[in-house]
Amino acid sequence: MAAHPMDIAWLDLMVAAALILVAVALSAYQRLGLEKQILLGALRATVQLIAVGYLLVWLFTTDRWWIVLAVLALMVVVATITAARRQGKTARDRVTVLPIAGFAILAGAALTLVYVTTVIVHVQPWYSPRYLIPLFGMIVANAMNAAALALERLQSEMESRRGEVEALLALGATPGQAAAEPMRKATVAAMIPAVNALAVVGIVSLPGMMTGQILAGTDPTLAVRYQLVVMFMLTAANAITAALAVALYRRTFFTPAAQLRVRVAV
Amino acid sequence: MGPRESPEPAFRLREVRQERAGKFLLDGLTLDLPRGGFTALIGPSGAGKTSLLRLLNRLDDPVSGTVEFLGQAITEVPIRALRRRVGFVFQAPVMFAGTVRANLGVAQRLGDAAGPLAEREISRLLELVELDPSFADRIAADLSGGEKQRVALARALVTQPEVLLLDEPTAALDPELADRLVHMLARLRETTGLTMIVVTHRLREARVAASSIVMLEAGRVVEAGEAAQVMQAPRQERTREFLTAGEDH
Repeated sequence: MAAHPMDIAWLDLMVAAALILVAVALSAYQRLGLEKQILLGALRATVQLIAVGYLLVWLFTTDRWWIVLAVLALMVVVATITAARRQGKTARDRVTVLPIAGFAILAGAALTLVYVTTVIVHVQPWYSPRYLIPLFGMIVANAMNAAALALERLQSEMESRRGEVEALLALGATPGQAAAEPMRKATVAAMIPAVNALAVVGIVSLPGMMTGQILAGTDPTLAVRYQLVVMFMLTAANAITAALAVALYRRTFFTPAAQLRVRVAV
Repeated sequence: MGPRESPEPAFRLREVRQERAGKFLLDGLTLDLPRGGFTALIGPSGAGKTSLLRLLNRLDDPVSGTVEFLGQAITEVPIRALRRRVGFVFQAPVMFAGTVRANLGVAQRLGDAAGPLAEREISRLLELVELDPSFADRIAADLSGGEKQRVALARALVTQPEVLLLDEPTAALDPELADRLVHMLARLRETTGLTMIVVTHRLREARVAASSIVMLEAGRVVEAGEAAQVMQAPRQERTREFLTAGEDH
């Protein structure tokens, strides 16, 4: 197997950009009105990715554990804000949700990352940015989606099943018992993307990471093993994040005297 | 008045205020609700009847004032035990998934009792609410409104409560079914000796079944007393007006 991928020179990249012009031309011909958005989008993608490329080059050479950890922390913060942004109905709801989303994402992502990099991949040194940053990026993105889905679904289930939850409370249920069905629904909703991904990988989808590794000259069987580790890792992170987000968010719907809080009233 | 009537009220409310979104629902309400017996809470809509009922098994707490249950501050009674001693039947009955048996089983499982509900107990509960024991195998969600309300009632009886709170139990029923349910409630009260507190907007129901009546308006008690006295010789002009206007219901 060739150890080095075929080079893409800057000139090649400009030639590739001609493909964007095809999309622009089609948009103009069909009067879709997307030309400006496509061009701006392509420009943004180029600037962002080139910047990230140089940032990664710098990160890989600095060799400082605390810089790597700072980058990982920044990923969690951005993911947390994104997951919490569209939750609840009021600004106060979003403030309630923020620490819950943050903790759930951090716990789900960090536990899986530590397991994979210490037990499976044996990353040396432990903070090696070449492994930690792309792996953590994938995990956090998944955990973020799991948290957002779980929180959103729990909120809507608690609203639509308010009568059922209150009927259970009136029979002497604990809040956990009364909210069991909304919690189950929310956790399932958050897990479905990961479960579906497991089922169709290799048939419907060839994951970008695996194709990337193969293009870069890695033995396809090794690339497959890496991909499997990543998928198991993402599934675990999804499950941990969803379970934590649901369990923590559930508490905010009840008073200490096992009463539904007023904000659930619709 | 039944033989279980005792001077200690089931609930004693003092200066109770309740509000939602800045609006008073109960406005310094003071009231004793008798133990044993059938108390009807009547009054125009928005009087605070449901808000009052919800305080009695602490589905809500008041913003100020005190509520006592059998002489003890209600907040001192462990919440789950309180709710199993004071059952609540909602206006729109909520059926859980599965059969009627499964619905009764939920109430059993939430308690500390070991094992599932005995078949004999299921039959006894269904008989109490005047449903044939064969209903145990019916899917609860498929039942009619009146049947659902009876299942909700039987489910509330699983916990062997001392008090049953009913929030307009006949609101969704046509007049004939409503009548039958009220008569059934009166018989149930007689056989079990339960304290029943029932919110109703149908005066007929209060007349048929109630041993005492509380007339509420604008979050306050207008008049409270024995049913016959309130119905036939109301002391307050406002009660008289409400009873007269209500004759067409």
